[in-house]
Amino acid sequence: MLPGMGDDTCAITLKVNGSTLRLQVAPWTTLLDLLRERLGLTGSKKGCDHGQCGACTVLVDGVRINSCLSLAVMRDGASVTTIEGLAEGDALHPLQQAFIENDAFQCGYCTPGQICSAVGLLAEGHARSDDQIRELMSGNLCRCGAYPNIVAAIGQAMRPRRDA
Amino acid sequence: MTTGKTGEPHDRVDGRAKVTGQARYAGEFTAPDLVHGFVVGSAIARGKIVRIDAAEALALPGVLQVYTHENTPRLAWRDRSWRDMVAPGGSPLRPLHDAEIRFSGQPVALVIAESFELAREAAGLVKVDYEAAPHETRLAEVESEAHEPARGKKGYTPPPKPRGRADEALAAAPVRVEATYEHPPLHHNPMEPHATTVIVEADGSLTIHDKTQGVSNSRDYVCKVFGLASDQVRVVTPFVGGGFGSGLRPQYQLFLAVLAARELRRSVRVVLSRQQMFTIGYRPWTRQRVALGAERDGRLCALIHEAVGNTSRFEDYCENVVPWSGVLYECPNTRLEYGVAALDLYTPIDARAPGAVTGLWALESAIDELADALDIDPLALRLKNYAEEDQDHRRPFSSKALRDCYREGAARFGWHRRTLAARSMREGALQIGWGMATGIWEAQQAPSQAKALLTVDGRLHVASASGEIGPGTYTIMSQIAAEQLGLPLAAVRFELGDTALPPAMIQGGSATASSVGSAVLAVCRALQHTLLKLAQALPDSPFGGRTLADVEFVDRGLRLRSGVAPAVPLAAIMRHAGLGSIAEQATAIPDLARQSRYTSNAHSAVFVEVAVDEALGTVTVRRVVSAVAGGRILNPKTARSQILGGVVWGIGMALEEHSMLDHGLGRFVNHNLGEYHVPVHADVPAIDVVFVEERDDVVNPLGVKGLGEIGIVGVAAAIANAVFHATGRRIRELPITLDKLL
Ligand code: FES
Ligand code: FES
Repeated sequence: MLPGMGDDTCAITLKVNGSTLRLQVAPWTTLLDLLRERLGLTGSKKGCDHGQCGACTVLVDGVRINSCLSLAVMRDGASVTTIEGLAEGDALHPLQQAFIENDAFQCGYCTPGQICSAVGLLAEGHARSDDQIRELMSGNLCRCGAYPNIVAAIGQAMRPRRDA
Repeated sequence: MTTGKTGEPHDRVDGRAKVTGQARYAGEFTAPDLVHGFVVGSAIARGKIVRIDAAEALALPGVLQVYTHENTPRLAWRDRSWRDMVAPGGSPLRPLHDAEIRFSGQPVALVIAESFELAREAAGLVKVDYEAAPHETRLAEVESEAHEPARGKKGYTPPPKPRGRADEALAAAPVRVEATYEHPPLHHNPMEPHATTVIVEADGSLTIHDKTQGVSNSRDYVCKVFGLASDQVRVVTPFVGGGFGSGLRPQYQLFLAVLAARELRRSVRVVLSRQQMFTIGYRPWTRQRVALGAERDGRLCALIHEAVGNTSRFEDYCENVVPWSGVLYECPNTRLEYGVAALDLYTPIDARAPGAVTGLWALESAIDELADALDIDPLALRLKNYAEEDQDHRRPFSSKALRDCYREGAARFGWHRRTLAARSMREGALQIGWGMATGIWEAQQAPSQAKALLTVDGRLHVASASGEIGPGTYTIMSQIAAEQLGLPLAAVRFELGDTALPPAMIQGGSATASSVGSAVLAVCRALQHTLLKLAQALPDSPFGGRTLADVEFVDRGLRLRSGVAPAVPLAAIMRHAGLGSIAEQATAIPDLARQSRYTSNAHSAVFVEVAVDEALGTVTVRRVVSAVAGGRILNPKTARSQILGGVVWGIGMALEEHSMLDHGLGRFVNHNLGEYHVPVHADVPAIDVVFVEERDDVVNPLGVKGLGEIGIVGVAAAIANAVFHATGRRIRELPITLDKLL
């Protein structure tokens, strides 16, 4: 039994960054708090806890969501990818690499959310221009103002796909 | 591998940690015995607590304690102990000290529980009864009671004495403009909320991960308030998720987390919610009057700038709003005044380019109004009044490449194609406006220390208790060290954010590169010195009788500048001396005797194009050129990012940001990121950043001026001026929202 939770916990199964986990969670625990507090995956950030900043963006079954707006129990059976799960061993995901090369962050706090959001964006396939990237990334705030470089990084990661 | 160098665009050395989620921020450290705190804030703006009832909260299993003013131990009793390094004059807030309420959201209780959710839930069950007293949160109501700020705030300089007779000169001037400018309180809202994790070590000492721009400031504060020896408290903050000034002073979650950890002897984490981020400091609400008098040819003959900013009732926050007006333009008659007026709000705190952002918003708007009154191009007017020396202090500038900023910025922007009259540029339904403004910020250096350890395997470890709030401290310090010792960047590791390291200045005011950079330079010079001495002892040493001026450190070795011989590897020098490593420590102190003979400022010229939809009143910033004279640029890549960030902040200030008060409640009501609008991707166009060449050997040994602030200064005025050019409407109250244009 978890402290303060009585017996009201639910059993769920989550695949997180490739590993299948069986978890007892309180029904009120958000996916974000589960990741950060229980699983130690603090790469997903909490900037507002209200779905207003995008810092907590993760991929659930390949789709970008604000993990602070999702209760963990709602995601029973889902596959979750966080910033910690994007690189393959030492090889960074092309977006991670593009973010470094374009200096697409300063403090780095919004960065995991920006990158996960960008992975989702590319998968959606709707963004074709810089203006579309701007529009479709507008749920991810960056108070350091790295926006121009984030757009450049996403554009760079998109390019090979365009050429293909 | 090539030698790491300054002046070259390097990727951030902490980039990998940041893009993989490995960079750890204050609220992300943990311990097996960790418990969580949640803050209860006051519901009234002024008055006192008459009853506080935590019984229901305490009855929840897993709730460990609720701290209020009734059960918090008495701590330090002198104000001096509560005053941190950068506190303004007055009596700092003492959280949970007594029943008195001084602002809405003031912490009145801290709930500690086994989980975060439980602490939050229990916080909602704490019942507080208040006796409310009348409060005042309207600046206009207290403006006439403005007073000179109490002394004590570091970096604050009262306005200079008047020069000439400004009021008479204004009355006699052939052309006059006079107006009042205002901007609301603005909260920093770094993406990382303020957070503190206190780990109680086995020996009872505390390791504190605090969101701060100065680990030493947090450590000293905790020691003084709780009466602890400095070896009992270590503050470790390797990454900060944005500060912008909000982390300059210890925020109340630090006190609360330490209080609970000491009482419970358990590790404690307290994280503020986004709503609670509106209960800490902010850029103060400020009203300013600027009056300019000019000859018909545009020469300024009178300049008056008066400003009143808000403060709290218990501290006199103050900032340098008006002095810039005496320095930027040549004018024989100036009068500059500044005062603060108390409201029932928390004390403001420095926010990115404090004071300058405020003063230049008014001054640079007024200059534009004068240009309009004179029918002169606004850039030409600025050049006509260009100051060649600091008239207020009667001393030269150590360097001032502002003219180059104007020239290069204008060229990049295509300013010469601008038509003079307002409402003269149009694209279909869109009114187009081009505006510009000047930026200025003080180049500063403060004492800092660094240590270095060079090992025979060719690795260099350099450390200083500085911070990384986002400017690229890890990277530029590594570059400086690598360059000095001829090492590849990857061979250097720079460590910061730990009070166990040699002390550094607090990270603010754009002075880290200058202050900590100079300390890194000094410690590397000490290493160079030692290495040269050791090299002179080599058999048949080519270095006999040579000084550091004769040699250079390249390719992991040492060689004569004049010679053709390959470099002698540093490893060989150390091995010959039988040394596995060399350690040095150094302090860099500003050369005040020399620096005080000059005025040293960074400058910028910012050019903006806006499009205004005439029917809807919406303003879109379409492009920005920011030309900056900031001394030597250590890393063009991270430097550009700093300017981008400043410009984005300027866009927010001009068009979006507004901490709105409900004066009935005396509270900031749009206290979330859905209603406090900051720029998002779609609001930010392409931004062109130009660094003009500027050499300065006075400011510090590196010749850098700092870039964290200069990027924002002037941006709001440039946008307001562009909006005027587009629409013919002069908006003097920020933000420029569509209701003001319809
Ligand atoms: S933390 Fe989830 S959107 Fe801000
Ligand atoms: S990098 Fe700091 S908030 Fe985006």
